[in-house]
Amino acid sequence: MRTQILMAGLLAGTSLVAGTAAQAVEIEYWQYVYETRVTAMDQLIDAFEAANPDITVKQVTFPYADYQTRVVAANMARKGPDVLQMFYGWTDQFVGGKVIQPLSPEVFPHDEIEAEFFPIVTAMKRGDDYYGLPTAVRSLALFYNKDLMTKAGLDPENPPKTLDEMVAAAKAMTEMDAGGNLSTAGMTLDMGGQDHQWWREVLVRQFGGEPYSADYSQVTYNDAAGAAALKFYTDLQLVEKVGQRGFMDEGQAAFRAGRAGLTIDGTFRLGSFSSIEDFEWGVTELPANAEGVRSNYASYFANGIGIGAEGEELAAAEKFLAYISSPEAMKIWLDVVGELPARRDVALTEENLADPIYAPFLKGLDYAKTTLFIDEAAQRQNAIDMANRILIDGQSVEESLAQAAEAEQAIIDKAK
Amino acid sequence: MASMANQGAPERRPGIPGTPGGQPRGRGLSMRTRQLFWVWGFLALPVLFYGVIRFYPTLNAFWLSLTDWDLMSEPEFIGIDNYTRMFSDPEFWKVFRNTFTYLIVGTPISLVLSFLIAFALDRIRFGHTFLRALYFLPYITTASAMAWVWRWFYQPAPIGFINDLLGRVGIPQMAFLNSTTWALPSIMVTAIWAGLGFQIIIFMAGLRAIPTTYYEAARIDGLGEASILRRITLPLLKPTTVFLVVFSSIGFLRIFDQVYNMTTNDPGGPLGSTKPLVLMIYQTAFSSYEMGYAAAQTVVLFTILLCVSLLQLWLLRER
Repeated sequence: MRTQILMAGLLAGTSLVAGTAAQAVEIEYWQYVYETRVTAMDQLIDAFEAANPDITVKQVTFPYADYQTRVVAANMARKGPDVLQMFYGWTDQFVGGKVIQPLSPEVFPHDEIEAEFFPIVTAMKRGDDYYGLPTAVRSLALFYNKDLMTKAGLDPENPPKTLDEMVAAAKAMTEMDAGGNLSTAGMTLDMGGQDHQWWREVLVRQFGGEPYSADYSQVTYNDAAGAAALKFYTDLQLVEKVGQRGFMDEGQAAFRAGRAGLTIDGTFRLGSFSSIEDFEWGVTELPANAEGVRSNYASYFANGIGIGAEGEELAAAEKFLAYISSPEAMKIWLDVVGELPARRDVALTEENLADPIYAPFLKGLDYAKTTLFIDEAAQRQNAIDMANRILIDGQSVEESLAQAAEAEQAIIDKAK
Repeated sequence: MASMANQGAPERRPGIPGTPGGQPRGRGLSMRTRQLFWVWGFLALPVLFYGVIRFYPTLNAFWLSLTDWDLMSEPEFIGIDNYTRMFSDPEFWKVFRNTFTYLIVGTPISLVLSFLIAFALDRIRFGHTFLRALYFLPYITTASAMAWVWRWFYQPAPIGFINDLLGRVGIPQMAFLNSTTWALPSIMVTAIWAGLGFQIIIFMAGLRAIPTTYYEAARIDGLGEASILRRITLPLLKPTTVFLVVFSSIGFLRIFDQVYNMTTNDPGGPLGSTKPLVLMIYQTAFSSYEMGYAAAQTVVLFTILLCVSLLQLWLLRER
């Protein structure tokens, strides 16, 4: 008799569990480990689940170095995530490898996307389909050390606005020790950092060239303008002697340590620079050329929907993606992570535009370009090598540029 | 343990039917068969483990090297395309040269150094254990931690330790990791230093294993120290040397940790001047996701390792 009661109770219990399981949908969200990003996502998930009690979202994270491999491997095993974060530059690989699926235009109308997001969102479009939407975007700006500026007799409230002013300021802040070695760099030179983006999308354009054809399928920087841009960059070390590749190991490390006057870096560096206590720093728009031409490089991590999501999971994934791309989510992301909102009206508020730190990055977003990378790591390496051939091996600018253009074209062609 | 358990078995045999958990299957089998059964029972686990975790992937790599697998789509057979691409790629030959530079320069230097140190250490009594521990310490240190410390040593002024010292005595800076000429030797020094402790310990064990009576007889016969070294110590150390040459060669052919950690901003750089084969394989596989091409590079590395090991065993064989 007692066993019968127990059995009945157990049965009732399991059916209850089964009943709720049938109603609730669980979806998985994947991103890489970065403390503030994980915290922000936890907050977003809590808010989302409160509004959608029938959906649970499980956040799964991996170290950045393994992240892409994990996504690809899990996808091979048909255990991929329902919603995942991805660098915009991985889109070709992920679309080609059937990792992500196109966003349904009924749920995410194209005209709304294009009207409300910054134009760089089109880097997620292939053919007629969007494959993801960003929560936040990043751009570049020029960071400057106010203490070093004051020491060099410059006005720390009036940072360089043009390339010429930038070189002059860097020269004034450069210091050598008795042995003729650089002890304070006027400016950091770090192609492996953000300089390759600065050279490609900003300097080449400012010297009158175009880095790539409009669809980024042809390398077009191998001309006089590209050479002038590369010469300007390498001359910072070779002629102006305001910086040196490898100084303090990394550009951002030199700036952090107060050993560099100027450095070009992205929004994502704000978190790390905000803990600097030894000196005051500021940030300003990337310098214009003499004719006032400006450019910038913007990038972002987007959220896409995994190819495995179907039926009610797909519906839940779409709801979740819509929420994490909403103005509300972007505000949380800006507060917690410090990355700029991807929607114009959320980003370009009076409050943000008056913010001395966000404003230069936001202004940059207006005219920023987004390089459509085929293989970001390989293309970055190509730019590093291009500068090193000149700075270390003494190759001529023209030769190194031609070699780099040929090698990068080969990388692009191989992916076709 | 297996054999011990079996040794007692014949006496207990008549009692088996009453013993709980006794093995009825063992009845009627000869002792030898039962021993074999036990041996294989114990060996099954490692055999299975090696089969599934080591040998199957190794064999699979040979197959993958003939495909265009990119981790995302099903692998397709493309014949020897990966190999023709590899052998016509100047980048591959540069990496190939680098790998052999690590091997050909690194192995002899590390062996001569470790022998000299072991030989000297063997003769001193004062502070012997302390010194030995000091030499062994790098070997048990994490390679990446060590590489980062050396990376700091090699930095240009004002943070680099060595360049700072040079600067103080008025010697011009050395570019070390920022030079295409000096980066590879700089990394090699770190790798040699890291492996030294292990080689010293093995050499010292080898030296201790040589019977002292040989030395005494030689001294009575009036042989000089140099002759003793040449005619007694070195020939009798041959097994130790063979082991260390093979071990150290494989180590240098597989060098990765030091290079990767000392050049993370530009892995294998500057301009690929320090890149070894393993780093190239890693980048091809996990940065470009060209698994088929990476497998082809792995097959080449496997072949080199096999050849070098066989060649050394043959050269240093007992005549």
